[in-house]
Amino acid sequence: MDFQLPPYDLKMMLPEIFLFLWALVVFTFDLLTNRKKETAIGYLTLVGILITGVLLAFTGYGRGFGNMFFNDPMARFFKIIFLGAAFMAVGSSFGILKQRIRNHRGEYFGLILLSTVGMMFLASSQELLSLYIGLELTTIPLFVLAAFYKDDKLSVEAGIKYFIVGAFSSALLLYGISFLYGMSGTTDIVQMKINLAITHLTFTNIGMTLVIAVVTMLAGIGYKLGLPPFHQWVPDVYEGSPTPVAAFLSIGSKAAGLVAFAKIFVNGLSAFHGPEMLPNDWGQLVALMAILAMVLGNTVAIWQTNIKRMLGYSSIAQAGYIMIGMVTMNVYGLSSVAFYMFAYMFANMGAFAIVTVFEDKTGSTQIASYRGLSKSAPGLSLTLAIFLLSLAGIPPLAGFLAKYYVFAAAVEKANSADSASWLYWLVGVGLITTVFSLYYYANIIKQMYFSREDSPYKIPVSAPAMMVIAICLIGVILFGVWPEPILQFAGDIPASFGFIAR
Amino acid sequence: MVPISAYLIVGVALFAIGTVGVLISRNLIVLLMSVELMLNSANLCLIAFSRSQNIMDGHAFVFLVLTIAAAEAAVGLAMVITLYRNRETINIDRFNLLKW
Repeated sequence: MDFQLPPYDLKMMLPEIFLFLWALVVFTFDLLTNRKKETAIGYLTLVGILITGVLLAFTGYGRGFGNMFFNDPMARFFKIIFLGAAFMAVGSSFGILKQRIRNHRGEYFGLILLSTVGMMFLASSQELLSLYIGLELTTIPLFVLAAFYKDDKLSVEAGIKYFIVGAFSSALLLYGISFLYGMSGTTDIVQMKINLAITHLTFTNIGMTLVIAVVTMLAGIGYKLGLPPFHQWVPDVYEGSPTPVAAFLSIGSKAAGLVAFAKIFVNGLSAFHGPEMLPNDWGQLVALMAILAMVLGNTVAIWQTNIKRMLGYSSIAQAGYIMIGMVTMNVYGLSSVAFYMFAYMFANMGAFAIVTVFEDKTGSTQIASYRGLSKSAPGLSLTLAIFLLSLAGIPPLAGFLAKYYVFAAAVEKANSADSASWLYWLVGVGLITTVFSLYYYANIIKQMYFSREDSPYKIPVSAPAMMVIAICLIGVILFGVWPEPILQFAGDIPASFGFIAR
Repeated sequence: MVPISAYLIVGVALFAIGTVGVLISRNLIVLLMSVELMLNSANLCLIAFSRSQNIMDGHAFVFLVLTIAAAEAAVGLAMVITLYRNRETINIDRFNLLKW
């Protein structure tokens, strides 16, 4: 029999392969040096991520392995976000190297790298099978990382909670994928889009099966993104897990969920969106989840006394804002989502880096212990204030532009068609809840600056942590006043999803 | 030949049992087993669809899902052991240190 392998192109996969091998190098380096080298292994990991970034820059657009591996603008943009998140998470975990993860440094950094590899594969997949495997390769190392302080009751509890939710949600997602596969007869997302549209036009009775698929997949991805009503794990896991891991979760895992959502729903099920598709419509379901996320995340965060928990609720709210961009099915929607994620990465990683540094010194994550910090650590307080203001969306910081573009995309869509006028409601809720969010972000600033007590803490900042904070600070300010290069890059994304500017 | 709907009904039943098991069981090991049941119901659906339409993608999918389920179970069981060392129980009602 004449059998031919489909054309493959290993060159496309070079950054992923390199990063995977580097994770193995990190594992073995730790063992060969008898777990003695404390900071060397951290720097080794940072160098690996940097080299991967350089390789990514030299890997052009294209496809390999049949249609299974795509390097489109979306994949490259999100790979930069994943690598950035991993870099900053590794950079801010130098403080816990010495005491808390003394015997497992190699595993810690190796698992972060492996999870990043999973995210990168996920971003490049154009096909349900590799998408599912990428998602699992992302989350399984994260289960272990969340429970990494083996002797800490909180960390282990956070780990098991994340594990249960993660395993349950991936089973839900898989069930939905199996129905999608059954209806379309293919796992390729673009082919699936065509087949589903044809099936829908020929037989009008695929409704119920599609509803099952859409609901289970929404639940599965909603769990990963932390969208209400599937959000209960987020604050628990953020509070219990090691702080750099919580930071990595909040950016990496969320961006991975967003990519999966964009590929399955915005691309694959794009025909089933909008009020005219009512029984099969996923757009309004997602809009409802986004409204719940914004309201619930922003209000419950006000009563939090633990800063990691507060950032957890804030990340639920941010997921709600991002989903506004997702349900806006036009040219601006996806690029505004990508820009939002990019700006959010700097602000959130920076805030978490400072929380990590503070926790390394004082062992406390309570908001009350930040009282009077501006007197003993003025620089650190100022940067934390800037990150929090960017998260709240105050101009001229990057967070403001991010929110602006998401809302602008929704308003543009709502103006263009009568049937899309429900998007005005989304924008309205978004604007009102942004005002709420200012309260709890400003509360920390108030504790730091306007408290009569003096803080007893002098906070030493190690060189890598300083570098991470500096990068985040530059990013938050620079892309707030000069977003054009990123916007241009993000503007290429919708074209690969079939959205073309009029 | 058995019609595809028969397989799907078994799949839905397995999925429902798994979901209910995850939601109501108080024992972590039972919970892990319920998740496996859910994955297997998805596997059954994949195989049934794949066989009925004569495309082999579903078969490949199932093998990879089995691998992933094994990895997940390994991590899960390791985590259960760690948890038992710390708390001396695997009843999930007792894991309430983190709330609100």
